[in-house]
Amino acid sequence: MNPLIPLLVVIPLAAAFLIMIIGRFIEEFNKYFASLVLLVLTCISFYFLFTTGEKISVYKVGGWEPINTIPIGIYMVMDGFSVIVVCIINLIGFLSVFYSISYINRYTAGNYFYSLFCLLIGGMNGVVLSGDLFNIFVFLEISVISSYALVAFGVESNELEASFKYQILGGIASFLILFGIGFIYWRAKTLNIADIKAAFGTGSDKTTYLFIQILILSGFGLKAAIIPFHAWLPDAHSSAPSPISAMLSGVFIKAVGIYVIIRLFFNMFVISEAMAVLITTLGTLSMVIGVFLAIGQWDIKRLLAYHSISQMGYVVMSVGIGMILLSRGAKPEIASLAIAGGLFHLVNHAAFKGLLFLNAGAIEYTLATRNMKEMGGLAKSMPVTSATSFIASMSISGIPPFNGFFSKLIIIIAAVLGKFYLLAVLAVIVSIITLASFLKFQRYAFYNKSDNNRNQAIKEVPFPMVFSMVVLSIICVLLSLLVFPEIRDAILAPAIDILTDPVKYSTSILVK
Amino acid sequence: MTAYVMCFILFLVGLYGAITRRNLVKIAVSLSIMEISTFLFFALIGYIEGGVAPIVDPSDPAKIYVDPLPQALVLTAIVIGLATTAMLMAVIIRLYRKYGTFDIREIKNLRG
Repeated sequence: MNPLIPLLVVIPLAAAFLIMIIGRFIEEFNKYFASLVLLVLTCISFYFLFTTGEKISVYKVGGWEPINTIPIGIYMVMDGFSVIVVCIINLIGFLSVFYSISYINRYTAGNYFYSLFCLLIGGMNGVVLSGDLFNIFVFLEISVISSYALVAFGVESNELEASFKYQILGGIASFLILFGIGFIYWRAKTLNIADIKAAFGTGSDKTTYLFIQILILSGFGLKAAIIPFHAWLPDAHSSAPSPISAMLSGVFIKAVGIYVIIRLFFNMFVISEAMAVLITTLGTLSMVIGVFLAIGQWDIKRLLAYHSISQMGYVVMSVGIGMILLSRGAKPEIASLAIAGGLFHLVNHAAFKGLLFLNAGAIEYTLATRNMKEMGGLAKSMPVTSATSFIASMSISGIPPFNGFFSKLIIIIAAVLGKFYLLAVLAVIVSIITLASFLKFQRYAFYNKSDNNRNQAIKEVPFPMVFSMVVLSIICVLLSLLVFPEIRDAILAPAIDILTDPVKYSTSILVK
Repeated sequence: MTAYVMCFILFLVGLYGAITRRNLVKIAVSLSIMEISTFLFFALIGYIEGGVAPIVDPSDPAKIYVDPLPQALVLTAIVIGLATTAMLMAVIIRLYRKYGTFDIREIKNLRG
């Protein structure tokens, strides 16, 4: 029992209500209180990152101990994999909320904004920490409903349309997930992920099992915007306020989509080759189609949103390669290399995509436009935004020595070693097209000579926005240190260990 | 078994409505139909042939009770469904004020 685990969920939920009550009486309370709360959460999550390591800690809500080794309470689990995702959620959350101290001046109703933001963080932390399938659904809905509201926060026609599309597809996804959970409870008579693994491990009928897997994959695939389910993402992510776009694109689709898919398919279901091939195919499709859809965009935030689909494709593809190799039972070290590449790229993507959306927000804040054709020559007037966005663009296109290069390199090496030559070639080609599309962004936004004189009067954005962008660009450079074996062993190895070992997760939770 | 099949058909009816209808409110109603079919499914999996309401009766230990857990799950899911429907309706009302129509073909600013 580790009493610090539930704090990660309780603090943001309590903060959401306090902001609504106290914010009515004290002006500016919401901004500084929300930043303070997120700073505390970041400290707690980094404390966990340094103390968790190999061990798995469990918190049983309400103190319900298992009876005859059958778990009856709600479990919250902190292990090597969830701790990484918790860290990126709270770190990007803190930087986005600090950034919005000045950015929120574009909008009214700051109390609602910060309250919904805290609910979003609380829901995502809950999804990642929950060890119980139905609780994943409940926390998922908390975060998803607040993201619906945040996408529509501008209440102009575009925002409302994007939010409507997002709600319809999100609603269908939620019911598919709920249906899947119902089937699992019907077959396994339990909702604890570790216990379901034990119940399913003892032979069950193949047809129902496959049907459950398809329901869960399509439900969470819709939340993660893997390619056949991607239609809502470019609209929703480009219409939201920029700090929220950074949260949604940088963290949200990972925490409620990719994380849950990886967790359930590795630690709850028995890995089968058919599903592994399906996941790899979906990932490859997202990677390739996402980048082709991105080329023609002139709206910066839409361009970044399509690149999110493409970069998530890298993560899904490389985790899928790991699953295929594991299901064949051959070459476990290459499987762990592929999964390491996927997780590394997941962390990197949170850093550089969050930074790129904050840059886009800074440009929108000064110029009040998102169209690249109306920008130009900003490198002189906005030096910090220009420099940080250059770092982020080079990271996402995989230029050494920035972090994106090393994770893509690991993914490509793993694909070649696992004899998936076509996927390796596709990964290289997609990376080159990404570079082309970001060179276009750099040229049109920052370097191209502008023919209108108003760009001369533009000043750099206020301090809170500059601070967040600079910190994220430093993180982008520092994350490439994860490629060194000593640091990788300390941070990524426990996560890979828990994913590749088929029984470690379920046995170590059930005996506690 | 018939009940399960009917429940699945209800789910597909809702999915069909959500995909084919043009009216915003009808899409919201179709989503609610899908939601209800899922709740019905939960109620069905908890039912045991000849079971009674799960209130323990110490005088008769041989009594069969239905599974109470799916009922608790459905209660939680209904509350969540209420929140999603309210959110969706709020956005539909704002959309109607902006565009003056409920027809989804008229609302197409975002493309590409």
